[in-house]
Amino acid sequence: MMIYAAYFALGCYGLAMLMNLWKVATADHIGDRILALDTMVINAIALLVLYGLAYGTEVYFEAVLIIAMLGFVSTVAYARYLLRGNIIE
Amino acid sequence: MASLSEFLISALLVISGIFGFVGSFGLIKLRDSMSRLHAPTKATTVGVGAVLIASMIHAAAFEDYPSFHELLITLFLVLTAPVTAFFIAKVHIHRHETPQSMPQPGEDRVWATHDTDEGEQIGGDKEGKAGADREGDREGDRPGTP
Repeated sequence: MMIYAAYFALGCYGLAMLMNLWKVATADHIGDRILALDTMVINAIALLVLYGLAYGTEVYFEAVLIIAMLGFVSTVAYARYLLRGNIIE
Repeated sequence: MASLSEFLISALLVISGIFGFVGSFGLIKLRDSMSRLHAPTKATTVGVGAVLIASMIHAAAFEDYPSFHELLITLFLVLTAPVTAFFIAKVHIHRHETPQSMPQPGEDRVWATHDTDEGEQIGGDKEGKAGADREGDREGDRPGTP
């Protein structure tokens, strides 16, 4: 039962990643593009944790931590560049 | 015991998948830019949170050792999600709003995002020179600035 629930969640997050990719490609404002990229990072975190859970491995947690940190930093850097014209003043 | 934890993990995974799907569907479905900011927070909190709780239960019930990495990821996401949303909202105000289209900022003169020389030019109000002076004072107050 558990493995089917994991497959269901993997499918849901895969569809969510596709919708985010569509939004990144066709967004009409750049703020929406930043938001879609940030949501892609969140969905990538959930997909990696799900993969580790479904296949019983622990090696993806470091990757998840690194993606969480770098996703936050890249989102803030992108928004900061649009706001101020440079990132570190 | 194992069947109970299996049932819990399955329920959490299904809830997480539905919330992650709904969050990204709202991203392409909602009409306004600030409404779209609201949708993916569901995927951040409930979606990723339920997956991480399921992973903790899985490690405790099937792998014979408790796992606490997930709390670290949850803490990091909960700490960083408001900062990200705040910056995206600031980008929206910076690029798509003028000081005239915003509501009154209370006791301040303009909103902080518009409190630059470019914002004054976009707004076109008379107090651009005063804003430039305030900006200069703030630069002077900062310690260590040459």
